[in-house]
Amino acid sequence: MDTPGGGAPPVIRIESVSKNFGAVPAVAGVSLDITRGDFFCLVGASGSGKTTLLRLIAGFERPERGRILIDGEDMTNRPPYARPVNMMFQSYALFPHLSVADNVGFGLVEERRPRAEIRDRVAAALELFDMAGLSARKPHQLSGGQRQRVALARALVKKPKILLLDEPLAALDKKLREKAQLELVALRERVGITFVMVTHDQEEAMSMASHIALMRDGALCQVGTPRQLYDEPQSRFAADFFGVANLFDEAEGRTVMVRPEQIAVSRERPQRANVLAAALTNTVFLGNAYVCHFALDGGKVVQARLSPADMAALGALATGERVHLSWEPAAARVLTS
Amino acid sequence: MNVRRSIALISVLGFGYAFLYLPIAILIFYSFNDSRLVTVWSHASLRWYAALLDNEQMLDAAWLSLRVAAVSATLSAALGTAAAFALQRLKPFFADRGYEALVMLPLIVPEVLIGLSLLLLFVVLGNAIGWPSERGAMTITLAHATFGTAYAAVVIRARLSQLDPSLDEAAAILGATPWRTFRRVTLPLLMPAIAAGWLLSFTLSLDDVVVASFVTGPGASTLPIVVFSSVRLGVSPQINALATLMVLFVSCLILAATLMTRRKHA
Ligand SMILES: Nc1ncnc2c1ncn2[C@@H]1O[C@H](COP(=O)(O)OP(=O)(O)OP(=O)(O)O)[C@@H](O)[C@H]1O
Ligand SMILES: [Mg+2]
Repeated sequence: MDTPGGGAPPVIRIESVSKNFGAVPAVAGVSLDITRGDFFCLVGASGSGKTTLLRLIAGFERPERGRILIDGEDMTNRPPYARPVNMMFQSYALFPHLSVADNVGFGLVEERRPRAEIRDRVAAALELFDMAGLSARKPHQLSGGQRQRVALARALVKKPKILLLDEPLAALDKKLREKAQLELVALRERVGITFVMVTHDQEEAMSMASHIALMRDGALCQVGTPRQLYDEPQSRFAADFFGVANLFDEAEGRTVMVRPEQIAVSRERPQRANVLAAALTNTVFLGNAYVCHFALDGGKVVQARLSPADMAALGALATGERVHLSWEPAAARVLTS
Repeated sequence: MNVRRSIALISVLGFGYAFLYLPIAILIFYSFNDSRLVTVWSHASLRWYAALLDNEQMLDAAWLSLRVAAVSATLSAALGTAAAFALQRLKPFFADRGYEALVMLPLIVPEVLIGLSLLLLFVVLGNAIGWPSERGAMTITLAHATFGTAYAAVVIRARLSQLDPSLDEAAAILGATPWRTFRRVTLPLLMPAIAAGWLLSFTLSLDDVVVASFVTGPGASTLPIVVFSSVRLGVSPQINALATLMVLFVSCLILAATLMTRRKHA
């Protein structure tokens, strides 16, 4: 399952890697290429193995089978401290006994850089994150957002080839999180290295990633761009994971998926190939759209998403009113599993 | 209602402190008594402090006790740190709490048994390999280190288990080898606990009479042993003076430790 994206050699190559915890196969035969400069997101339900895969790349876990290559070099048996990788932890893991400047400079000291160089690079990193005035503070004297920026500065100051992030935004509230999402994407563009981020929030993955890998029970379910995963899911699982999916069973065990925004609602029967008669069961107003639930004759529920303009054109719809639902043939996706 | 409750709380607290400190206060008070009779007040004087400074047996014993306490506390802190580490690291392999209980055993085994078993061990070893050839300061130090280690391990382990395990991983991914991680992250964060463990073992060693009596030999009498045997011949007010000095000394140590840990956290 190669990442689409071209001929450049991948910065990370994962070759049929497996990792068990006792009887639990946390990661099961994963093969994956990650392109240099990607903002790569690993998504999946809780317990699907996202964190384990990230920790395998970092070297905190050793695979039982398979290999992990970074820039073509086999990393499988290298300890974390010898990999050109850095990681931002969900708890930020700042060293509580060290000042902000010493936290950021920690990795440079391990590289045995000259003192003057360390000072300059730490200052530059803090400047990048608008933290220059706080370099003498201890972590417990910082706000949550400031800690996060120190953690990022510390992870980036050594110029790693890859930055791993395990649910970096999970601790933030919704407003802050949306702002931080934009900032992370902008940051990656500025520093130019590859980001691999774990999240269980599909919307977050969609809005931030250049490529997404969907995991399920330790295996990869589908890999692609956000558009590919949303528009061309290959399985019911992927279709359901990324947004709402209306699934219709057809002959020969085929399943067809149509997204709610692709469904048109009309009172007259339209001249289209795919038309279903249905009755309105309820309408939910979301501010920028209406979500309408319809019951088909067999009782199956179908969701349609209408813009306020569509709704106005349709005129007032009463609960129980019978209408026609239709969609373009191109909007329907055949699911293979 | 609130006032009454706080009065009640304050009296309980007062009673608790009195229970703890009244005996010591009385002891300190009578150390400044001129009378030869310990419990009969005549007038204030420093007579017994002067007498104490002339008492060479007592001073030798105090010096020996301090040396034994310092060396055994240092051994205990080092071994306790190692034990706490091993327990933390091996936890995934020995999920069974039994291993932890084994380290803590000296905390609950009666001192008499510890003393006796160590004496037997030293005698057997002495016969078998010629070491220790005689019992004295060295054997007392080792004996104190055995139970001091248990106490230090408990204190250090408690702190270690509170540390965020991702700190170790953060150091590793920043390029620090396990040893460097220990030196730059774990050890500084554990320092207050190690200091506390050291002080605890030091104090325990300083006031141990039972274990020391078992494993000591001719010519090596620690302060508690000397005090204990001299008290059996009748209490001299010198003991009060000595005790006052010891309380002062230990208070200074604890104050220093408190200041040290507070500065670490700031
Ligand atoms: N150290 C461990 N010991 C035992 N089992 C583990 C360990 N770490 C993970 N597992 C198991 O491996 C599976 C995958 O866990 P993992 O943490 O990778 O999931 P995840 O996708 O990150 O989930 P979440 O979204 O909840 O963080 C789970 O069944 C988990 O219980
Ligand atoms: Mg996880």
